[in-house]
Amino acid sequence: MAERSFAREVEDLRLGDGDTFRGEGILAITKALLQSGVAYVGGYQGSPISHLMDVLADAKDVLDDLGVVFQSSANEAAAAAMLSASVMYPLRGAVAWKSTVGTNVASDALANLASGGVTGGTMIIVGEDYGEGSSIMQERTHAFAMKSQMWLLDPRPDHECIVNLIEKGFELSEFSNTPVMLEVRVRACHMHGSFACKDNVKPAHTIKDALNNPKRDVNRIVLPPAAYEHEQEKIKTRMPAAVGFIRDNKLNEWMGPKQGKVGIIMQGGMYNNVIRALQYLGLSDAYGNTQVPLYVMNVTYPVIDAEVAEFCVGKDAVLIVEEGQPEYLEQAINTVLRRKDLNARVHGKDVLPMGGDYTAQVLLGGVREFLEKTEPRLLGNRPPAPDAAPVLNHPAIEKLRQVVPARPPGLCTGCPERPIFAAMKLVEEELGQHHVSADIGCHLFSILPPFNIGATTMGFGLGPASTSAFNVKADKRSIAVMGDGGFWHNGLTSGIGNAVFNKHDGVFVIVDNYYTSATGGQDILSSRALNKRRNTNNSIVQAVKGIGGQWVRQLDRTYDVGKMRDTLKEALTTKEAGPKVIVASSECMLNKQRRVKPQISKAIKDGARIVKERFGVDEDVCTGDHACIRLSGCPSLSVKQLDDPLRDDPVAAIDNSCVGCGNCGEVAEAAVLCPSFYRADVIHNPTGWDKFRSKVAMAVIGWLQRRRDRRRPALEALA
Amino acid sequence: MRDETVRLALPAAGDATERPISIAIVAMGGQGGGVLTDWIVQLAENHGWVAQSTSVPGVAQRTGATIYYIEAMPPLDGRKPILSLMPTPGDVDVVMAAEFMEAGRSILRGLVTPDRTTLIASNHRSFAIGEKIAPGNGIADRGAVSGAIGVAAKTEIIFDLNALAIQHGSVISAAMFGALAGAGVLPFSRESYLDVIRAGEKGAKASVGTFEAAFDRVQTKSFNDVAPAAAKPAKIAPSPVMPDADLNGLVARLKDLPEPATAMARAGLKKVVDFQDVAYGGEYLGLLGSLLAADRSAGGAGKSFAFTQAAAKYLANAMTYDDVIRVADLKTRASRRSRIEGELELSQGQVLQTTEFMHPRMEEVMGMLPAGFGRWLGARPRLLGWLDRRVNRGRRVKTYSLPWFLALYVVGGMRGMRRRSLRHAVETAHRDAWLKAATAAVGTNYQLGVEILQCHRLVKGYSDTHSRGLSKFDKTLAAIKLIERRDDAADWARRLREAALKDGPGKELDGVILTIKTFA
Repeated sequence: MAERSFAREVEDLRLGDGDTFRGEGILAITKALLQSGVAYVGGYQGSPISHLMDVLADAKDVLDDLGVVFQSSANEAAAAAMLSASVMYPLRGAVAWKSTVGTNVASDALANLASGGVTGGTMIIVGEDYGEGSSIMQERTHAFAMKSQMWLLDPRPDHECIVNLIEKGFELSEFSNTPVMLEVRVRACHMHGSFACKDNVKPAHTIKDALNNPKRDVNRIVLPPAAYEHEQEKIKTRMPAAVGFIRDNKLNEWMGPKQGKVGIIMQGGMYNNVIRALQYLGLSDAYGNTQVPLYVMNVTYPVIDAEVAEFCVGKDAVLIVEEGQPEYLEQAINTVLRRKDLNARVHGKDVLPMGGDYTAQVLLGGVREFLEKTEPRLLGNRPPAPDAAPVLNHPAIEKLRQVVPARPPGLCTGCPERPIFAAMKLVEEELGQHHVSADIGCHLFSILPPFNIGATTMGFGLGPASTSAFNVKADKRSIAVMGDGGFWHNGLTSGIGNAVFNKHDGVFVIVDNYYTSATGGQDILSSRALNKRRNTNNSIVQAVKGIGGQWVRQLDRTYDVGKMRDTLKEALTTKEAGPKVIVASSECMLNKQRRVKPQISKAIKDGARIVKERFGVDEDVCTGDHACIRLSGCPSLSVKQLDDPLRDDPVAAIDNSCVGCGNCGEVAEAAVLCPSFYRADVIHNPTGWDKFRSKVAMAVIGWLQRRRDRRRPALEALA
Repeated sequence: MRDETVRLALPAAGDATERPISIAIVAMGGQGGGVLTDWIVQLAENHGWVAQSTSVPGVAQRTGATIYYIEAMPPLDGRKPILSLMPTPGDVDVVMAAEFMEAGRSILRGLVTPDRTTLIASNHRSFAIGEKIAPGNGIADRGAVSGAIGVAAKTEIIFDLNALAIQHGSVISAAMFGALAGAGVLPFSRESYLDVIRAGEKGAKASVGTFEAAFDRVQTKSFNDVAPAAAKPAKIAPSPVMPDADLNGLVARLKDLPEPATAMARAGLKKVVDFQDVAYGGEYLGLLGSLLAADRSAGGAGKSFAFTQAAAKYLANAMTYDDVIRVADLKTRASRRSRIEGELELSQGQVLQTTEFMHPRMEEVMGMLPAGFGRWLGARPRLLGWLDRRVNRGRRVKTYSLPWFLALYVVGGMRGMRRRSLRHAVETAHRDAWLKAATAAVGTNYQLGVEILQCHRLVKGYSDTHSRGLSKFDKTLAAIKLIERRDDAADWARRLREAALKDGPGKELDGVILTIKTFA
């Protein structure tokens, strides 16, 4: 897949009994799936689970040996629907995606799957993209688990615990005929740790076996009256079975002393930070030896009433540590206690914030307040807890707050999407501002400086659909932007098909960079590379025309800013009716560099004639207005202060990370900015002719230069 | 806090006060923060410690800032420590910042505290987009970071780790690893750090060299006072020219100026003569002389001749306007080519060509024509349009191909025609009006006169950019006119100029003008 190799990571998947795995959490999960005897795996990439998909895509040999089927799903709904293979057959299967966005897309298929129930163990790995560093809306997967009744595992952030829970999770799924979700937060996915490996397990029943021996049972299909039966089954059979399994196998954990006046109940994922908070309060050592009784819910749905009651009996109060809103667990535990008439007071969101990360610092405050209210003796004489407030209130640091600039993410150096948005800025200067619907993908960075383009983003591939309401005759047309990733995820039908069918008059820009770049550069249908295991090179333009698009323009070099601008202008002004579709294609520069850089280095080493391009700015020609930067934002295009008393403002400068894409020159030319940009072509291993030509030219040029220099006034007198 | 609780003894919970060593790495995409993190983890694991690292890499990839976080600690009787996934403000042992403003950001996050944190930071700058897009100087004040470091860090190790890495053919992560080893905050030997680097295949040799250089630099404490290395100026061969008697005469005239203005006037004179000729330098000093007279009668002697100082600077800039002749001249100079060769580190046997991105319009051509003819043409819009369609398009100019070089060379040599050109007439008229306004103001409100001179900073660029700058300049001077009689006119003039330099389209400037109109 793509241009990056995961060969080293694939080796980790081969580890067996007696080996120790050391590495990233998401890789540990991948290994755990193989140890659990999965027959098939699928999913849709996206942080923080992209790595799982990438490694499996490169692990053909390992998977073939085991007889495991791997599919890159078109989107999360497709991945969820894939799990239907476990409905009739005793096949273990797993899918993975970024949540909650992926779970939103998948929820129709998930609801159907959960209703009919499963025969083989099914597991949905969700990368819970919540908290600092997240790129999506802040919601919880918990709600999906509850509404469709799927069990939700939330293991302690520890490789050993996660791997164990995956293996147990498949058993739980089979025992209770219910799909299981495993929730891992971003940092846990990227966490380095270790666990003792087991051998991989070949699936007992394979996909091939299933295909050769088809089965059907109408009672497992969501149709009346079976659907009504499913609901009763969920309540009367599957839930009790799951509760029994979770208790018997001790999936939830008790830590610390058996007795105590107070205790803490937490999601498994919160465990490490709770221990750190207790440590700050002098109530635990670094190895988890706690003085406060803890009940760690590695399974957060269903809540095991009997376990909760057992933990709360004889306690004055318990604290629920549950990240995010609403407080589902707190409500559930209150219900349990009231029903059983237990009088332990329940604290939770009253001492902890309703939303946001539960960092050790936040938990320190919450636990301290909880203990002050309920059992202050535990706090003893309060050892000094870490506190940055005194230093943060210092005037020197207050001053710094005004100075440190924001560093919003932006497009990479040489990104082929930059000239598209530069062209849109130029059109904006001519034709005024337009309503622009943005989409998920790298191109979403156009909403940030310096472009400041884009009004809304509604979901992956939904940029075009977001303009559907703007289908009226007006002085201006709407513009929608979507990437090739979004196009194949659903945008072809929800966006382009929709616009064709409704005779939408707007402009639709499809940014085609040959990969789903934002998620790590995975191949898709229209990727240009040859991929032995997948069918690539399927044209977006043909797809658009096939679905009825009439006005379609293909630009095969986005860096041609002038042409891009003219095409956009034409699309916005043409009298032709129906959607105006522009497909702007150039390869993702990150992937291109990964591919091309080693090739070029090798060619130069081998003595081949190679022209390397880089851009530069003539510092004495540049006047320091920075209009070029306002139309570009390239990381390699920066500023520098000249050592010249006559100059106030820094001039533009291009650093050596420049990849020579040409955008700055094209923009300077198209926007009629200034003549300070130049492209420097360096010929490595020049031919004799190259050398001769250059020598002759430089001889004449040198003579001319010396001639003029002789006539200049001797400025040395002023040096 | 309740009294009863204070008196209680703190019950010990084993080694409750012992915490893991915590290290936060703040970096931007492409700085190798991930590699450095892996190295530190490996280092700790090689000593039998339990190490855990976390990060959110997705954001860093595309120029955003991110934090890598590591905790490490030896196991106790086979029990693994429970390690946290995020740094806690006030509880970080080492912060490593791969850029100076990021060091500042880590301080703002509370990661650097005087009781425990060793701050290892590179003091080179990688400018944020907000600093780059201002039409003026938007670069953040590095002094604020230095000041904060002094307050926040227990130990500071600050030098240009990036330059050191480049010098040794490697990346900053290797330099930071060396600085960490040199700082001695982890109980591991130098050799065990090197073992970790050597175990990696790629670029191990360059990394080792960089590591050792950074290690030595920290050990010998040769940092903190070292400013970031300035780029080396390319070597320029001195031109073989004879001293010029006329020019020497002008240099002598510099002595007539008051001391505070001579340095600037010297630079200004050089720029003006270089732009045109020695006579033009005489014109510059003449104009400067009459401005000095106005300065003196306005009591400039008591104000260290601020008016003359500003005039020396901005008059030179005004007189050396950017025209086609100047651009062609600069692009064809020998010094220009040697500068590029230096920047590219061109080696023997490589061939260099450059391509210019030029977009001449009829306006530029007209500017070069004799003033009368230019005006005649300007009055004929249809002819002008027809000509513009022939001229106005982007041109890729291969500088060092003979035909293109000759063309540029010829244009660059047309300075003899410059004084008669339409552009020169326009620029001179504009300049004189500006100087008149400044001279008029300086008599009644000294600082306002200085401010008006400084407004010339708004005029810059070519083509569209130039017209935008010019319109900002005109708007600013018109607005100053509205309030010139107020005592705080100079303050407003400064505010106007600063606003004009804040954003491209001039929205901030329009805002200030609107404010002025409410009371003027």
